[in-house]
Amino acid sequence: MANKVIVEININGDPVELLCEPRQSLLEVLRDVLELTGSKEGCLTGDCGACTVVIDGRPVCSCLMLGVEAAGKNVATVEGLASGMSLHVLQQKFLEHASLQCGICTPGVLMSAKALLDRNPNPTEAEIRYALAGNLCRCTGYDKIVRAVTDAAAALAGRTHPAHGTVPSETASGMAGEMLAKGEAK
Amino acid sequence: MHAINYEAPKSLDEAVKLLAAHGEKARPLSGGTDLLIQLRAGTRRPEFVVDIKQIPELTRISFSLQHGLRLGAAAPCISIHENSDMRKYYPGLTEAAHLIGSLQIQSRATVGGNLCNGSPAADTTPALIALGAQARVIGPKGERTVPVDGFCLAPGRTVLQPGELLVEFHIPAPERHSSDAYLRFIPRNEMDIAVVGVGAALSLDVSDDRVVEARIGLGAVGPTPIFAAEASKSLIGKTLDAAAIENAARLAIAVATPIDDMRGTAEFRRHVVGVLTRRTLAKAAERAREANQR
Repeated sequence: MANKVIVEININGDPVELLCEPRQSLLEVLRDVLELTGSKEGCLTGDCGACTVVIDGRPVCSCLMLGVEAAGKNVATVEGLASGMSLHVLQQKFLEHASLQCGICTPGVLMSAKALLDRNPNPTEAEIRYALAGNLCRCTGYDKIVRAVTDAAAALAGRTHPAHGTVPSETASGMAGEMLAKGEAK
Repeated sequence: MHAINYEAPKSLDEAVKLLAAHGEKARPLSGGTDLLIQLRAGTRRPEFVVDIKQIPELTRISFSLQHGLRLGAAAPCISIHENSDMRKYYPGLTEAAHLIGSLQIQSRATVGGNLCNGSPAADTTPALIALGAQARVIGPKGERTVPVDGFCLAPGRTVLQPGELLVEFHIPAPERHSSDAYLRFIPRNEMDIAVVGVGAALSLDVSDDRVVEARIGLGAVGPTPIFAAEASKSLIGKTLDAAAIENAARLAIAVATPIDDMRGTAEFRRHVVGVLTRRTLAKAAERAREANQR
């Protein structure tokens, strides 16, 4: 009964041809068809932002879009952030600032932050908070996330964040970075 | 979600044919921020979902001082906020579009979808009503123009007949000293549904601060968004002083028919209609005095 259709999407820089049902959301296509499970399913109503991906430069809730609608578009997911074994500066700063606990919101937050910094490399705190308003986090209270994004912007611009002096801190990033690297290598 | 067929016509002609062929079994898909939730919940069960975003007329925003604004029904809210003509000439409609949800939502949600979804609390609808927007509708029987202030019939219901498609909005060119404003009350800073929303548009004669044209739209205080006709008319020809604004606010409260619900009581909502009517009029007036549109 399922009327599957062929869809071509550019995902994290790679052209991908896939077969999906028109009723499947982009989130389902990413997670269930392509097994890119970095994007998380939270509310399925566009409130929580856990499923945020970046489409043609704009943050979008992948649960509120059909997979077929992504045909011909450039979709960036959290899986595409790191290059090989080296983390994106946003990921690195999230580790250094302990900007995650349970981690369910993190992929979405990272993608919203990525979309922000690509458009606005030097955002104010208010701009960061506005850009992340569609990403709910029940663990961190947001401050650590905002600090990490601020610091990542500074690092990308070759500055150090005024509130923290020189970063990164060896211990925090070393330990978590190692764990991540092991997980990835499996 | 039930199985659907997905179509993405590239032209208006093709869309009209598809929608005519499938009638009540089809539902146009714009940003999808309401429709996908409804499909998942089973509250709408179309067999055919017709994506209208690949039709050029549906996503364009074109403005000229001669002809005014043509705003495609499926232009995402973010493209409105990023358009310098929109920010300059229609700041009220622009702020309404920029208030809807998060950036993720604004990247997809559209003014046309906001109207066709038929929610009484739609943010952009009172702003469109204030600007005297006309909706261009095309269907199997041809084309028609419907004023936005008569477009919604009941919660979730509009004048659109099966097979009909909202193509674009036409908003008249701004007068020399004119502007608009939209304010909503929500109990938090962002990301909430309007408890009350008020849009106001004013055109002034700046030599003596007299009102030449005034329109006030109300949201979330009735089964549909409301054009506050008496309140609007009361201002025309008057100097925009505190007494005139107070009188308009009183008349706006008189046409509000709010209900008690989890977001606010009817009594509170009526009170807020008065507050926001005063504030939007003051804000629109301030902008109109500063504006020099021609």
